[in-house]
Amino acid sequence: MADVRVVEGSEAVALAVKACRPHVIAAYPISPQTHIVEALARMVADGDLKAEYVRVESEFSAASVVSGASAAGSRSYTASASQGLLLMTEVLYASAGMRLPFVITGVNRSISAPINIQVDHQDTISLRDTGVIQLYVESAQEAYDMHLAAFKIAEAPSIMLPVMVCMDGWVLTHSYERVEFLDQKAVDRFLPLFRPENYLDTANPKTWGSYAEGDVLMEFKYAIHKAMSEGKSCIRKIMAEMTSLTGRDYGGLVEAYRTGDAEVILVAMGSMAGTVKDAVDVLRQEGKKVGLLRIRCYRPFPYEELLAAVRGAKVVAVLDANVSMGSEGAVGLDVKSRLNGRPGGPMVIDFIAGLGGREVNSTTVRAVVDRAERLFSSGAPPPEAEWLDLNPAIVP
Amino acid sequence: MPKKPARKTESLFVSGHRACHGCGLALAVRHILEATGSNVIVVSPTGCLETFTSPYGYSPWRVPWIHHVFENAPAIASGVAAALKAQSRESTRVVAIGGDGATFDIGFGSLSGMLERGDDVLYICADNGAYMNTGGQRSGATPLGAATTTHPAGKASWGKTERKKDLPEIVAAHGVPYVATASVAYLGDLKQKVRKAMTLHGPRYIQIDTPCPSVWNFPSHLTLEVGRLGVNCGLVPLFEMLNGKITKVKKLRSKVPVIEYLKQQKRFQHVVATDAPKERLMAVQEQADRNIEKYKLMG
Repeated sequence: MADVRVVEGSEAVALAVKACRPHVIAAYPISPQTHIVEALARMVADGDLKAEYVRVESEFSAASVVSGASAAGSRSYTASASQGLLLMTEVLYASAGMRLPFVITGVNRSISAPINIQVDHQDTISLRDTGVIQLYVESAQEAYDMHLAAFKIAEAPSIMLPVMVCMDGWVLTHSYERVEFLDQKAVDRFLPLFRPENYLDTANPKTWGSYAEGDVLMEFKYAIHKAMSEGKSCIRKIMAEMTSLTGRDYGGLVEAYRTGDAEVILVAMGSMAGTVKDAVDVLRQEGKKVGLLRIRCYRPFPYEELLAAVRGAKVVAVLDANVSMGSEGAVGLDVKSRLNGRPGGPMVIDFIAGLGGREVNSTTVRAVVDRAERLFSSGAPPPEAEWLDLNPAIVP
Repeated sequence: MPKKPARKTESLFVSGHRACHGCGLALAVRHILEATGSNVIVVSPTGCLETFTSPYGYSPWRVPWIHHVFENAPAIASGVAAALKAQSRESTRVVAIGGDGATFDIGFGSLSGMLERGDDVLYICADNGAYMNTGGQRSGATPLGAATTTHPAGKASWGKTERKKDLPEIVAAHGVPYVATASVAYLGDLKQKVRKAMTLHGPRYIQIDTPCPSVWNFPSHLTLEVGRLGVNCGLVPLFEMLNGKITKVKKLRSKVPVIEYLKQQKRFQHVVATDAPKERLMAVQEQADRNIEKYKLMG
């Protein structure tokens, strides 16, 4: 009989990590990530999880410890959020460059200043160029499933890159949800022991982290890019395997929700998608042809799925819980980069939404759809990203 | 031409690397590995050692070696040690070798964390008292009075006006089992200390004085001579601490005045010049005298 329990999102992640039998876990506290490493600490303290649990003095060292452990051939895991993820930035670039396949939970939280501990995607989006694969989840169940998949993706010989599972702080980490757990044997079959081809081995001494001049550096960087872009087929395969294992189908790199005949397609990531789906259902009842494309795998970016989903749409409205100051939201830019200039392609409009925990509810979604339709009908070229729900009384 | 006799064993750090002539660091590394033997994984931060040993496609390392970034060698080493423990490969030991910039300054937090956690790592700081890989900028290890490119001597300055950070004491304050200082000028002592450290477990720290002809600015055949003078004037005290207690000190046969050491190096030119204010030389001598008293280097 299936093991189904109502657990906190953080607990679901910790149980997924435990099931993956990591050798080394590095832990440093930061809200709203802390419950995950606390749950793992309890498992280690109770002897339920045999792992080296390293209580580091910073997130910089958390990322470094898992990098060193991974280079030495151990499956390794850490988690962080917000400022902590930014502190890891330099380490993550180097670890992707050295092809170290550990897994990180990136618990999404706003970035200072002003300091704020509520959810948005500015932290993990700031890491999008590191070479770390990023998966964004919508629910605790998906967080559980995707952590299992994350190790398998990271360790795939054709990929060998760190994977970050991005989950919204509080909304997902601290909410209690029904989660269905796999039994350990099923996980072990899905995810065999980590046996990398190369590791720090005295019987076969190798030099890691060399200095590379311009004559080879571009090829090194291209190799990462290629592992990502060609890795998409591998990720699709692993997602399909997850589906046959769990019976849950999230749709691969994206989840297309009622996009088939949609004229207006919203694009979102993370838990916000749940609200958007509800709003889509209501708008559909009113006769509006609206759908949602939820991006699950953000890096590598699912261009193929995007093109397939928006075929036939008039307008694509992106809800970006991040912003590149002086430009637009990152997801909007990605979507535009592939859609703009395609004959007969949809107009893409970017909306900056939900920063620092600002509520995105069904009224917001309805307003976005209305605005997108109006802009499309006006015949004017698409505007720069619009910031949603700014308070005119305090806007400078 | 007669053939040279073959070496009994191949060195673990072979020739062909790109260190400067007379590099004290390269000499230290070869002897460190002679003392550790081949069953080690070496971790290095960014710095001279990384630059001159790892041009892609070439390597003098005959042991597994990993460089990641500048400020995290202790944490990388902790991760490697944790993995070895988890895999029951603990007969393989972890040795980190980093410069003073990485150790005293940018990696200091990471080092402190590793020490406090009690991780099984021998951390060796090759101390040449400045950021040599970038051309000789001031570090926390730069000695009082030395001119560096970011703290040069000029009309309004006489180089570094702060004393060297006392890192061995700071490391010892973490309660680690082994702390020692060594010098490439005394290779027998250096190797003995590395061997001793390898018999122990937990975090261990050795700080090795590695004169740098390029930036200290002395002729490259004088590395050992300059190193010896540094020790014998008292500016580079050699000692060993077990569990926080000093157990061994290299005594000075006779006290060499610091001027003998300083005048070999252009970085101290403004201290030893005949027209330099006498207070400068006195201030540096005071550092040596303080060491002589503190570590009981005389008698």
